[in-house]
Amino acid sequence: MNTGNDTLLQVNNLRVEFGLREGVVKAVDGVSFTVSRGRTLGIIGESGCGKSVAAKAIMNMVPRPGRIAGGEVLYHPRTSGPGTVVDLTKLDPDGDEIRRIRGGEIAMIFQEPMSSLTPVYTAGYHIMETLRIHRPFSIGTVGERIAGKRTVGKAQAREIAIEMLKRVGIPNPQSNVDRYPHQLSGGQRQRVMIAIALSCEPALLIADEPTTALDVSVEAQILELMRSLQETTDTAIMFITHNLGVVAQMADEIVVMYMGKEVERAETSAIMGAPRHPYTQALLNSVPILGRKSRKRLAYIKGMVPCATELPPGCVFHPRCARFMAGECDRLEPGVTEVDKGHWVRCLLYQRNEKKSNA
Amino acid sequence: MRNTVTNGRAMHTDALLEVRGLKMHFAVQTGLLRRTTGHVRAVDGVTFSVARGKTLGLVGESGCGKTTAVRAIVRLYQPTGGEVLFRSSVLSGSGNGSEVLVDLAKLSAHDMNRVREEISMVFQDPIASLNPRMSVYEIVSEPLKIRGRIDGSTRDTIAELVERVGLRPEHMRRYPHEFSGGQRQRIGIARALALNPRLVVCDEPVSALDVSIQAQTLNLLQDLQDEHGFSYIFVAHDLSVVEHISDHVAVMYLGRIVEMGEVEALFARPFHPYTEALMSAVPRVGGAGKGTGRIAGGDVPDPSNPPSGCHFHPRCRYAKDICKTEIPALKDSGNGRSAACHFAQELSLAGV
Repeated sequence: MNTGNDTLLQVNNLRVEFGLREGVVKAVDGVSFTVSRGRTLGIIGESGCGKSVAAKAIMNMVPRPGRIAGGEVLYHPRTSGPGTVVDLTKLDPDGDEIRRIRGGEIAMIFQEPMSSLTPVYTAGYHIMETLRIHRPFSIGTVGERIAGKRTVGKAQAREIAIEMLKRVGIPNPQSNVDRYPHQLSGGQRQRVMIAIALSCEPALLIADEPTTALDVSVEAQILELMRSLQETTDTAIMFITHNLGVVAQMADEIVVMYMGKEVERAETSAIMGAPRHPYTQALLNSVPILGRKSRKRLAYIKGMVPCATELPPGCVFHPRCARFMAGECDRLEPGVTEVDKGHWVRCLLYQRNEKKSNA
Repeated sequence: MRNTVTNGRAMHTDALLEVRGLKMHFAVQTGLLRRTTGHVRAVDGVTFSVARGKTLGLVGESGCGKTTAVRAIVRLYQPTGGEVLFRSSVLSGSGNGSEVLVDLAKLSAHDMNRVREEISMVFQDPIASLNPRMSVYEIVSEPLKIRGRIDGSTRDTIAELVERVGLRPEHMRRYPHEFSGGQRQRIGIARALALNPRLVVCDEPVSALDVSIQAQTLNLLQDLQDEHGFSYIFVAHDLSVVEHISDHVAVMYLGRIVEMGEVEALFARPFHPYTEALMSAVPRVGGAGKGTGRIAGGDVPDPSNPPSGCHFHPRCRYAKDICKTEIPALKDSGNGRSAACHFAQELSLAGV
C-alpha cells in the first residue's frame, strides 16, 4: 500500500459554484480527498451530486457560469520536490501551464464514447493529435516554456498510436487505426478513448462514468483492461460512477457524494462492509444484489434529491434521512469526523458521540 | 409453462399470454431505388409465456431484440410471423369475466384496439414518453378519454390513481417538466394503469433512474401487482433488477431466446454459456474481480449479419465445431427450464 509521500493529487476543501438566475448552486461544496500514485479512488453518488463537476474542477475546466469558488487542488509532478507542487485552481484555465498538464499529466475518459470522438477524424488521428500536442512535455518539464515542441514526428506518432490500440485490445490495429468512430462498436470506441487518454502515459487518469453507456459484457472487458493497464503503468485512477458494483470492484478508496458534499470517505472495504453515514447505508441497501433473490421490498430512500438552489438547512440529507434527529440535523451543519482511521463521515450522529467522549 | 413447446391451441391455463415463434424482420433497403437487399432478423422465433399475476423478465444486452419483441407483442410493429396468444376478456363479449383466446398478431385493427384496454405499456424514458404540453391529469386520463369513459367521477378516479403511485392529487394540474425523473416514471405508470389492464409491459422502466429512485419504483410495481394481480413483462438489461422482480426469466441474444426458466433455478445454475457470461460480467458489491475468466470476449455481433450456427459461438468459451454450423433449438431441460445450447446437458456452468 502506498502512503503519504506517494501523493499525486491533493484536493482540499474544493468548492465550485454556478451563479444562475435562480440563485447560486453549490455544485461542489467542500470536498477533500487525496489520490496516491498507482491507486484508484472511486467517487460515487447519484446524478446531480457534483461528481463530474468535481472532476472538471480538477482539470480546471469548469464550464461557465460555473467557477471554482474556493479550495485548492495540489498536483505533485513526478519529479517531486519542494516548490514543484502546483495548485491547479490558481492556473489560468486557458494558459500554457494547465494545457501541459491536461492530457499529458492528467487525462480524462468521458462517459459517452460516441460524442467525445470527432466523427470526421479516424481513431488513429485522435491518438496522434494528443501525442503531438502533449507528448513533448513529459517528465519534469512543467514550467519550461518551449521544451522541444513537436518532438514526436508524424510517423512516430502513428507507430505509437498503433501500439496503443494494440494495448487496449483492438483487433487488427494496423487497419483499425484508419477507421472512423462510426465504424467501431461502442466498446471499441471506449477502448480508443482509453488509448487516447493513456497515450501520453499520464500520472492520473480521470474516468467519468467510462462504462455507463456500455453493455455488461463489454463493461466487464473495459474494467479488466483498465485494471491490467494500471498494473503495468502505475497510473492513478479517479473513477467516477453511480454504479456501486463497479466502484466496489475498481476502487481502493471511495468518496461518497450527496448534493455537492462529501458525506463519507474510506477504504472500499470499510464503505462496503461497514458504512457509517445514513446516506451510504441507504444507498447500499437500495440496490438489488445478484444472487440474493427475495421478493421482499427493497429498502429505499424516501423523498427525492432536493432542488439545488433551495438546499435544506443543516445537513442537506436530513429530510430523507432515516436517523434524523429533530432540532439538530435541521439546524446544525455537520462537519467531518474521523470515526475510524482513514474513515471520514460528515454526520452529526458521530460528531455528537465524539463531543460526548471528549467531555 | 409446460406446454410452451407443444403445437396446437392448447395453452396452459395459468398462462395469460403465450408467444410462439414470434418473428420480427426488418427489411434493409439500399441504393437509390430503395431495393430490399436483406433483412435484420431482430426477433427470430421467440417463444415464451406469461403466467397470470406473475412477472416474466426479459433480459439481454442492447440490440438483442428485447424491445422489438415486446413492441411486436403489443402490435406497435406488425409481426412478420408467429403467434401471440392472449386470453382476452373484453373480446369475449359476455362481460362476466369469461375469456376468449385470441391471436394478437392476426387481430383486426378494431379488435386490437379493444384489447389494448387490457394490455398497457410503461416506457423507458419518462421524459420522451410524456407529452410536455399535457398536464398530469390529461396524460393519465387520456386512455379513458379515448374510450369515451370520462364522466363525473373521472377526476376522483384519476386522483386516486395519482395518489396510489405516490404523487399528490394537486400534482394533477402540473406538467411533466415540473417533476423529477422518478416522479415522471410514476406518471407513466399511472397512465398505464388507468384502464385497469391485465398485462403491463414494462420496457426498461427503471434504467433511466437513480438507484434510490429505482428502488422506490420497483417496490411500487410489486405492490401494484400484489393488489391488482397484473401480469408483467419486464424488459431490462440489469440482471440484478430482473432477478429481484421476476418469477420467470427469458434470456435473449441476437433475436433468439437462449435460455428460459424459473428465476431462482436459472440464476443458481444457468444452462447456457451466454447466461453464465452475462452473470459473471455483473460487477458486484463485495465480489471483487470474481469469475472474470468467464466474461465473453468481443462485442455483440451485428444483427444484420449474425454468425452462423449458434449466434453466440464466436464469443463462447465452450464452442465446438457443431456450434458453427448447427443452430441449437430451445430444448426442454425439465423442471420448466429450457436452453438453446448443444451442450446444455453436459456443461456445468456457474451461477451467482
